[in-house]
Amino acid sequence: MPDFDIVTAALVGGVLTGGVYALVALGLTLIYGVLHIVNFAHGALLMVAMFGAWFLATALGLDPYAAVPVVALGMFCVGWALYRFVIGRVSRGEDRAILLTTLGLSVVLENLALVLFRGDTRTIETALSFEMVEIGPLLLPVAKIVSAGVALVLAGLLWAFMDLTATGRAIRAVAREPVGARLVGIRPDRMFALAYGIGVGCLGAAGCLLLPSFYVSPSVGENFVLVAFTIVVLGGMGSFPGALVGGILVGVAESLGGLFLGESLGPISISVTFIAILLLRPTGLFGAAR
Amino acid sequence: MTDAETRSATNRHMPRRAVIGAGAAGIAALAAPSVLRAQPAAIRLGLIHPVSGALAFSGNQCRLGATMAIDDINAAGGVKSLGGARIEPLLGDAQGRPEIAASLVDQMAEQGAAAFVGCFASALGLAATQAAAKYNIPFSIDSGIVDSLTTRGLKNVYRLFPNASSVTADALMALDAINKKAGSPAKSCVIVHEDSAFGTQTAQQLAGLLPKIGIEVKSLIAHATPTRDFTNIVLRIKSEKPDLVMISNYQNEYVALARTLVQQRVDLVGTYSVAGGGFNLKFAKEMPGIAEGMLDFNHWYAPKDPRAVAFRKRVEDASQTMTWEVLFGYFAVKLLGDAWQRAGSAGKEETIAALASSTFSDHFMPYGPTKFTNGQNSGSHAVALQIQKGDMEVVWPDAFASAAAVFPRAKL
Repeated sequence: MPDFDIVTAALVGGVLTGGVYALVALGLTLIYGVLHIVNFAHGALLMVAMFGAWFLATALGLDPYAAVPVVALGMFCVGWALYRFVIGRVSRGEDRAILLTTLGLSVVLENLALVLFRGDTRTIETALSFEMVEIGPLLLPVAKIVSAGVALVLAGLLWAFMDLTATGRAIRAVAREPVGARLVGIRPDRMFALAYGIGVGCLGAAGCLLLPSFYVSPSVGENFVLVAFTIVVLGGMGSFPGALVGGILVGVAESLGGLFLGESLGPISISVTFIAILLLRPTGLFGAAR
Repeated sequence: MTDAETRSATNRHMPRRAVIGAGAAGIAALAAPSVLRAQPAAIRLGLIHPVSGALAFSGNQCRLGATMAIDDINAAGGVKSLGGARIEPLLGDAQGRPEIAASLVDQMAEQGAAAFVGCFASALGLAATQAAAKYNIPFSIDSGIVDSLTTRGLKNVYRLFPNASSVTADALMALDAINKKAGSPAKSCVIVHEDSAFGTQTAQQLAGLLPKIGIEVKSLIAHATPTRDFTNIVLRIKSEKPDLVMISNYQNEYVALARTLVQQRVDLVGTYSVAGGGFNLKFAKEMPGIAEGMLDFNHWYAPKDPRAVAFRKRVEDASQTMTWEVLFGYFAVKLLGDAWQRAGSAGKEETIAALASSTFSDHFMPYGPTKFTNGQNSGSHAVALQIQKGDMEVVWPDAFASAAAVFPRAKL
C-alpha cells in the first residue's frame, strides 16, 4: 500500500493531468458535443497545433506560452477553412460522410507530417520546463498548473460565449434545429464553420500548453484523442463544465489506477470510470436529456 | 492556334537532319530490349520497420541505415558475383503492430523478396521472422534484442548484433567496473521497464544479476508504451530511495521518465539504462538540462575508427540524427550483401548457407570476429555510453573508450 504522501501526490497530479486532458476535450465538446460532428481529425489537428508551436519556438524563438494567441488564431483559421472548403462541401450535411471526411483528413494530415517531419519525436526545453511549485511534500510542475488554469478559463469563456452571446445561441440553434434556424435567418453553413473553427482554435491553445511538458510527433494526437472523446461523453455532450470535470475525473482515475493497479493495468480505470458513470447517468455528468 | 495545331505545323516543317536523328533514335530504342535483357535481375529486399506510430523515430532510423547501405552497394556496382545485380528495397510500415509485420512478410514474399531486414522492436521481429520462416526466406535482424529471435530453431534468422543475454551480462560487467572505480557509491537500484518482450526480459535478467555485483534491487516497475505521465512512477522511486535508476524502455517514455526524475528532484548517484530507447544525440542536444551525465549500455560504433567518424559526418551532413539504429539498419543490409556476394546467388538456401558461415568484418562496430551460432553472432558486444557536454562518449570497455565515466553524476 503506497504511503499517504504518494497517494496525495497522485491525486493532485491526476487533477493537473486532467486539466491538460480537459484542454484537449474542450474543443471537441463544441465540435462533437454541440455540432454532433464526429471529428476523427481532432488528434491530427492537435498534432498540427503542436508542430505550429514547436516551429514558432525553434525557428523564431517564441515561447509556447507567448505563442498561444498566435497558434489559437491560426488554428481557428485552419478549422474554419477546413469546414468551409472540405468537410462542408464533401459531406453535404450527411453524418456518415462527415465521419469519413474527418477520418480521411486525419490520415492526410498525419502522413503529411510524416513526410515533412518524419516519425521523429521532438521536445523543447522552456523556462518553465523544470519549474516546480513546492507545497508541503508535493512538487507540482508549473507547466501543468498553467495548463489546468487555462483549461478552467477557457471552459468559462466557451460557456459564456455559447450561453450569453447571440452567435453562441445561433450555433446551438443550428445544431438543434437547422431548418428552424434557417427560417429565422441564420445560415447553418456559416455557423458550423465558425463553431468548427472555434473548436480547432481551442486545440491551438492546447497544443502550445502541452508542448513544454510533452513531446510532438506525427502520431502524438493518438495519445489524447480517445481520452478526449471519453471525456466529452462522460462529462455530457456539449457541456463545457462537463468537459472540465470529466477531464479531471479521468486524470484522477488514471493516476490512482496506475498507482494501485500498476502502470500497465492502470489505464483500464478510465474505461471502468466511464462505464460506471454512464450506467448511473446515461447523459453524462452535466448532459441534459433531450 | 491550339497546342495540337502548333505541333502539327512543326512536324510539317521538320528538317531532314531531324528526321535522320529521329530514325536513329528509333533504331536505338528497338535495340534497347536486348541491352535490358543483359542486366541481371534486381534482388528485392524487404525492409520492415515501424515508421509510423509510437516507435516511428527508431523505425525510421533503421530504415535510413538500411537504405544507405542499399545505395552504397548499388553505387559500388551492385552484387558483383551476380553480375552487378542491384538491390531493390521493398518498404513496409509495421506500425508497431506484430500482426502487420507478419502480413508485410506475406505481401513481400509474393512480390519476390529474396530476404528481409527488420524490424526494430523485438515483438515485431518475433512475428515477422516466424512468418518469413514459412517461406524459408533469410531474415537479417537489424534490431530486436530478445534472445528468442534466434533461439526458436528458425534456420532463416541471423543477427549480427548482440542479444539481450549478452547485452545484459556485458551491461552488468560495465556497471560493476564503473561503480568499483568510483568506490562503489551505488548499492541499490529500482528498475523501470516497458512491459513488452524487450523491457520485461531485460529487467528480469537484470534483477537476477544485479545482486551478484553488490547492487540490491528494491523494485521492478513496469509501464505500458505509450505512457503519458511518469509522476506516479517517479514518486514510487523517490519513496524507495535507490542509488541508481535502471531504465529499459523506448524513446518517448525514456525522455519523459528522465524529465520527471529531474522535475521531482530525485537524488541519485546516476541513471543507467540498458538499451535505453531514448538515449541518443538528439536527446543530448534537445534536453541538455536532463541528459548530461546519464549512462546507457547500448550499441554504438568504435569511436576511434576513422570510418565510423566519416559515417557519422555523412549522416549528420544529410540533416539526420546519428543513432545506433542507423548503424544496425546499415550493417544488417551489408551482412546480406556480403552473403550474396560470397554465395554468388540470391537463392534462399545459398544465402542462408552463406550467412551461417559468415565472417563478415567490413564494419566499424566494437566487435570481435563474426561467428554465427544458431543465427546469433557471438562476437558482438555493446558498450557503456555517457552523455557528456552534449555528445555521447564511450566510457567502457577501455579498449574502445573515448572518455572516462563521470560517476556519480554531477548534481542537477
